[in-house]
Amino acid sequence: MGLVKKRHPRIGVYVCHCGQNISSVVNVSEVRKYAESLPNVVLARENRYTCSDLGQSSIAKDIKKHELERVVVASCSPRLHEIAFREVLDSSGLNPYLFEMVNIREQCSWVHSKDKEKATEKAKDLVRAAVARSTLLEPVEKIKKDVTKAVLVIGGGIAGITSALHLARAGIKTYLVEKEASIGGHMAQLDKTYPTLDCSLCILSPRMVDMKKEPNIELLSYSDVVNVEGYVGNFTARVRKNPRYVDAEKCIGCGICSDVCPVNVVDGFNQGMMHRKAIHIPFPQAVPNAYLIDKVNCLHFQTGACQLCAKKCDNNAIDFNQKEEFLDIEVGAMIIATGFQLFDAKRKKEYGYGRFSNVLTNLDFERILSADGPTGGKIKRQGDGKKPDSIAFIQCVGSRDENFNTYCSTICCMISLKHAIQVREKNPETEVYIYSNDIRTSGKDLEEFYKRGRERGVYFIRGLPSEIQEDPETGELILRSEDLNMGRILENRVEMVVLAAGVEPPPSVGRIMRKLHLNQSPDGFIMEAHPKLRPVDTNIAGVYIAGCAQFPKGIPETVAQAGGAAMASTEVVLKDEIPIEETTAFIDEEKCSGCGICVNVCPYEAIKLTDKGIVEINEILCKGCGSCAVACPSSVIQQTHFLDSQIKAQINAILSD
Amino acid sequence: MEAKNKFEPRIVGFLCNWCSYAGADLAGTSRMEYPPNLRSIRVMCSSRVNPLFVLKAFQEGADGVFIGGCHPQDCHYMEGNYYTRRRFMLLKRLIEYMGINPGRLRVEWVSASEGERFAEIVREFTSYLERLGPLDLRRRVCEGV
Repeated sequence: MGLVKKRHPRIGVYVCHCGQNISSVVNVSEVRKYAESLPNVVLARENRYTCSDLGQSSIAKDIKKHELERVVVASCSPRLHEIAFREVLDSSGLNPYLFEMVNIREQCSWVHSKDKEKATEKAKDLVRAAVARSTLLEPVEKIKKDVTKAVLVIGGGIAGITSALHLARAGIKTYLVEKEASIGGHMAQLDKTYPTLDCSLCILSPRMVDMKKEPNIELLSYSDVVNVEGYVGNFTARVRKNPRYVDAEKCIGCGICSDVCPVNVVDGFNQGMMHRKAIHIPFPQAVPNAYLIDKVNCLHFQTGACQLCAKKCDNNAIDFNQKEEFLDIEVGAMIIATGFQLFDAKRKKEYGYGRFSNVLTNLDFERILSADGPTGGKIKRQGDGKKPDSIAFIQCVGSRDENFNTYCSTICCMISLKHAIQVREKNPETEVYIYSNDIRTSGKDLEEFYKRGRERGVYFIRGLPSEIQEDPETGELILRSEDLNMGRILENRVEMVVLAAGVEPPPSVGRIMRKLHLNQSPDGFIMEAHPKLRPVDTNIAGVYIAGCAQFPKGIPETVAQAGGAAMASTEVVLKDEIPIEETTAFIDEEKCSGCGICVNVCPYEAIKLTDKGIVEINEILCKGCGSCAVACPSSVIQQTHFLDSQIKAQINAILSD
Repeated sequence: MEAKNKFEPRIVGFLCNWCSYAGADLAGTSRMEYPPNLRSIRVMCSSRVNPLFVLKAFQEGADGVFIGGCHPQDCHYMEGNYYTRRRFMLLKRLIEYMGINPGRLRVEWVSASEGERFAEIVREFTSYLERLGPLDLRRRVCEGV
């Protein structure tokens, strides 16, 4: 390989205090002194923060001054700063793979704080293993690949819309895939938004229209991403376009078809409180503004009897023979903006949602308040049409609850407060109660919003009802709860209850996570690469997240994150080529016996048996798992940067004190 | 004094980069205490762990070996963990034949979100090995035990 292998490379070791994160448990000076005594180590230093400019530049200086050939940093997890330190080596003229990191924070000081002595011993063992490994490290040359200059956004809620518009306006070809027939997401269902109480669709709808007008955006509504392959810079996504049975190009959205359709179906957009036809448009402001037929309920598809809509359509837009289509989209980066689903309030049985007609969720109540909702915006009960004299809002339904989701859904306090203010402003004679553990108002103008609620005469009760009972005569609901502020048991009768159902990851996100091998947080949302500094990145290079796919958040935070995700993807696709950092497998062809065992083991079909009777490894297809290296009976396949000799040196060193 | 003489098992761990290593990191960021007996080696996939590495570790004085991979279906490399599972099912039988308690080799699936699970496995494995006592393979081989 033209590479001079030195048996005694000059190694520099840097032991980090990480402020006090490490040094309050591990005796850093002792570890540093110990490192000095190890073979091939020419210098060992302590840093307060090795990752700081000071720390990094001291490594760069040492590489030059002391002619270091290997660098070992004992600090935090390599998942955090390995790349940064590799770049220091790279810019100092040393191959970035001649670097080894020792995790003495996440996997030592932070978990062994009760036994400082043993934690220090462990740190020494780990440093010894890293030094032994680093002695055997070899330079790795990066492979560079061209970048496809397009981005795929999955999900067409306010997050996806924002990301797509940013990207398109920056001149980048953008595909947006939305599973529903219209973009808009949950925001389209809302009546008003907090804390300004401006109409949700009035601010959303212009952006939806912009999406249609923007030439760089290709909108794929009523479509699913069924598969994704590839890597940063070069992803291929397979998208299934589901048949609408209406040609969206020809449909002008006149609605005559819907007028003649004889089938009434419960309308999901209005939370099942209204009916729509089998041929319908999701909501009046839908983009694309085109109708679709829901096959399960259409008489033509079920009995073959009816074609009324097709007869009435002047533009011949209706096409009962439409089939699903598959498109392969090539992009350099992806943004996951798959949003959330509302916690199913039926699971909280004691509150009787689904059993008592006057118990609603917060999203149901949005539709009640909405001018084009089931009551035309009038606050009325569904069953008897009565204007309720009293309404109780109950917080934390499915959130901060050991039986369901333990996290705080963050937005429900403000949603209930918004509803409460709207009720008090529309019907000042209606009494409004908010039952909560506490009201969380962190965010711009939100404390003021809370104050506005108090000024409007909303009653805040600290304590959640244990159960809701219904008076079957009147439909009134009886709530028994503790009132922690007053130190008493409270029994209350109200005419309507609204449950502040929490935010959950939608089931579809699990499929996408699995396809892309994205990490999942314990709460089920997609895990970001770093909770503070990389909140839009995922563990997969070139895949970014925005909005509630990452964690529950309000509209301003979603829009901000969507902008961040757009910027991060721009960073990828504006490059002409991108280094692929895979530690791929390679083979000693002279020793290969051609048995072909490795061929079947490889999940990427990167290994092929050639005419010469030996195997060949395609380093572009190889993703670097190293499974073939284990399967090879002659041990002639090795994985770059994870050579048998390197791993064995680590094992030996760990156990050699 | 008693504490000083207590047997401290030496455990070598092989953690896959994407799930188990990340799970171990999460145990750290969540400050979940577990005994300091495990020394881990990061590999990209659990399927990179050669059974020979495990034998090597026992030979060099490890009392236990831990291999952590992604849950079935969740492998970053699609099916690496299935190879891991099969290889180490077999190796367990081999080491048992060699006179090593197969419980000294532990293969577990730990996802990036399972910090508590990682900590619990290390606690439990460490205390299991404490009860089992030292393996001391080299001495046993030399003395022909």
